[in-house]
Amino acid sequence: MSKKTVKGGVGPTRRQALTMMGLAGASGLVMPGLLGKGQAFAAPPDKPTGQVIIGFSQEPTVFNPHMPHIEVDEGIHFSVFDPLFAVNPEGKFTPALAAEVPTVANGGISEDGLNWRVKLRDDVTWHDGTPFTAEDVKFTLELLVDPQFRSWRRTGHDLVRDIEVVSPTEITWRMEKPYAPYPSILAATFIVPKHILEPEADRNNAPFNNAPVGTGPFKWVERVAGDHIELAANDDYFGEGPYLERLIYKYIPDLTVLYTQFKTGDIDVIGLQWITPDHYEEAKELPGKAVAVVPSATVESVTFNMERPQFKDLAVRQALYHAIDKETIIDALYYGLPAPTETYMPQQSFYYNPDLPKHDYSIEKANALLDEAGWMPGDDGIREKDGVRLSFSNSTTAGNHIREQVQQFMQQSFKEIGVEMTISNLPPAVMWGEYWMMSQFDSVVVGINFLTGADPDTSDYFRSTSIAAQGGAGQNTWQYANPEVDELLAEGGRLFVPEKRKEVYLKIQEIMRHDLPFLPMFQYATVRGHKEGVEGVTPNVNVRIDSWNVGTWHWA
Amino acid sequence: MLRYLLARLWQSLVLLLLVSIIGFAVLNLAPGGPLSQYALTPGMTQAELERIAHQMGLDRPLPVQYLDWFWNLLQGDWGRSYRDNRPVLEVIGGHLFATLLLMGSSTALSIAIGTWVGVKGATKRYSMFDYAATVGAMVALSIPTFWFGLVAIYLFSLKLGWLPAGNMYTIGDGSLGDYAIHLIMPTVVLALVNVAVWSRYMRTATLDVINQDFVRTAKAKGLAWRRVLFKHVIRNALLPMITLAGLQIPTILSGALVTETVFTWPGMGRLFLDSLGYNDYPVVMGLLMFSAILVLIGNLLADLLVAVADPRIRLG
Repeated sequence: MSKKTVKGGVGPTRRQALTMMGLAGASGLVMPGLLGKGQAFAAPPDKPTGQVIIGFSQEPTVFNPHMPHIEVDEGIHFSVFDPLFAVNPEGKFTPALAAEVPTVANGGISEDGLNWRVKLRDDVTWHDGTPFTAEDVKFTLELLVDPQFRSWRRTGHDLVRDIEVVSPTEITWRMEKPYAPYPSILAATFIVPKHILEPEADRNNAPFNNAPVGTGPFKWVERVAGDHIELAANDDYFGEGPYLERLIYKYIPDLTVLYTQFKTGDIDVIGLQWITPDHYEEAKELPGKAVAVVPSATVESVTFNMERPQFKDLAVRQALYHAIDKETIIDALYYGLPAPTETYMPQQSFYYNPDLPKHDYSIEKANALLDEAGWMPGDDGIREKDGVRLSFSNSTTAGNHIREQVQQFMQQSFKEIGVEMTISNLPPAVMWGEYWMMSQFDSVVVGINFLTGADPDTSDYFRSTSIAAQGGAGQNTWQYANPEVDELLAEGGRLFVPEKRKEVYLKIQEIMRHDLPFLPMFQYATVRGHKEGVEGVTPNVNVRIDSWNVGTWHWA
Repeated sequence: MLRYLLARLWQSLVLLLLVSIIGFAVLNLAPGGPLSQYALTPGMTQAELERIAHQMGLDRPLPVQYLDWFWNLLQGDWGRSYRDNRPVLEVIGGHLFATLLLMGSSTALSIAIGTWVGVKGATKRYSMFDYAATVGAMVALSIPTFWFGLVAIYLFSLKLGWLPAGNMYTIGDGSLGDYAIHLIMPTVVLALVNVAVWSRYMRTATLDVINQDFVRTAKAKGLAWRRVLFKHVIRNALLPMITLAGLQIPTILSGALVTETVFTWPGMGRLFLDSLGYNDYPVVMGLLMFSAILVLIGNLLADLLVAVADPRIRLG
């Protein structure tokens, strides 16, 4: 892990941010407006000044970071709470409540990954003035697996045993088995105050859940339901910042209205779900606004149910991949914003495999593959083999217009190779319920973020024991089973040195590219924007929300 | 009168019970459920979802869930929102003011203008004014509120900069004047459609009355036209309007979804849609019961008011 600790802060220093923007700017990605005009970066103010309004198209409502929540809620969590250590845009961990990031090198994690020792800062207080200690960390880790508590997620935490508070600034525990993704899970685990939550008889309905007390750069002020959430600067924050006196999260339920209020200046930063791609051309010309295309970790794919007889033959999956005109889909339907990809791993990841075979759009090759494999056209022109017709349904969220057009486009292409695809779309609550989780579909167009933070482990998606439809625990909805991948995933989960892990995950990507249980289409890109003059807004592909470093934001 | 009221009350309770059973069944039978929105979260598993569903009691048989909900309701406990974990009544109460303010002001405005336009159109039938009002009403009814709202924002906020682009107040200000200036655009946009509806009803009602014998008699005995109009025509024409206004009460409190969305107004319409979107059963049920009660009260109130206004009607 990185030895370069950021002085007293979670986020990257100004220099890191500058370097990053410079790099990205060179590739024409981030904030062309800002850099183009050659504006200098202003130093942050001496004391918190001014306010920033961030617009979200969904309403944050869950403020206890350990209860079931959606992405926008994490905006509040990052503002009010701190994890032990956080993850920066390069996927490196930076210390927050921990004095240093535990690694094998510094003895924080034992060689076998079983014993952990975390040293904590001694200068942190909760927003109510109570000092933060190792007891709070112990309480948080225990709360996450408390059977009475409606915990968001237990994966990883359920392996923690024998938590011991050595001193107020040191805590140790043992892992039931080595689990390499755990640092990434911890980087998304916010520590909550023991002195407030422990006395509560019913922690699911504690007042804390609607008026959180944290250690983060901003303190809770109030929520006006259906409208906004107001936070104020925490003057005693241990890290860098905060530089803003007040932070407002404004709920604007419609994307067109969200964009309009960005144009009128009613909001300073346009957050999730950002600017719709069709507004990009106009948005980048807006005076006084910095607008940029930012890659996200979500990968769009055409996903197969491998238990369907049509998809058991590799030649079929390969042929379908050849028959998709990816370039046209991206350029014509997605305004050329997303980046085509051959893998589920984000291209920004340390574990990304750039050497996979490139997609080749060719109806001839598709036809040849099917001919060779013995899939012959029947009377109606649809290919068949051993009584199986190459006909299947494709589903996605009804009302997602761009995807619906993609489906129609694919339908035409598949027809050219004698494959029949019917479209059967479902409302979101149905689509992503049991229909998806229990593999009741033939094929699906879906965007998935396969990673937990920056960790490359995808056991929940690819391991043969993760098939919910076959009684497994996980989201392997493809019903994909490959012993070699199982083996590699197990190996990768036991390794704690990134360079060694990388080899394993490069190999897995190679196998997935060959087996094609899903056809990788592209990695999503979002159009983000803020007023010129709001500084520190830095994209981070490893988190789900824009305001991950909001403590360091300030006005020029 | 008292007997009448008691009978009405009894009917209402039976009706509410039916509404709650049907509402509960329809909500729960719709596929998906409160947890489906978490399915695409990185690393989410079916097992975790099932555990959370069990903790929330969502895996119990439907009748058990309903009886549990009903029993709590009888004790005054409306449950807690799945979305933000607050008591349902608190959630609804938190959105009531915004809706009351917007709907109240726009309804008052549209009744006032609508009555005037309707009466004037009826008394000066086939005049230029009447034609203009008729065409205007057609246009106003045909324009989608969403589009009209966005055009208003484009014109008055983006181009002219006279009015704020939405929201109920400026965060951190919230003075009376600040509320007022934020209220103008949504009120007018919303009133536009209602004026159209209201003026058409009023015109028809006035026309019905104006051709009656007693109006001719009043004119014949030499009463001033103004007096005939206010004392005899409008008073009689307003009777059906009272019923209509009574039916409007629930609408006033259940909010205007589209206007609230365009102008980011934190009212009941938004709450209903958001709660539906999240399958937030307790809040949706709360809202359902709330508007059912309002419909019943509105109807009762309208009947009582008509009886008060029209001495010929006796309830009982």
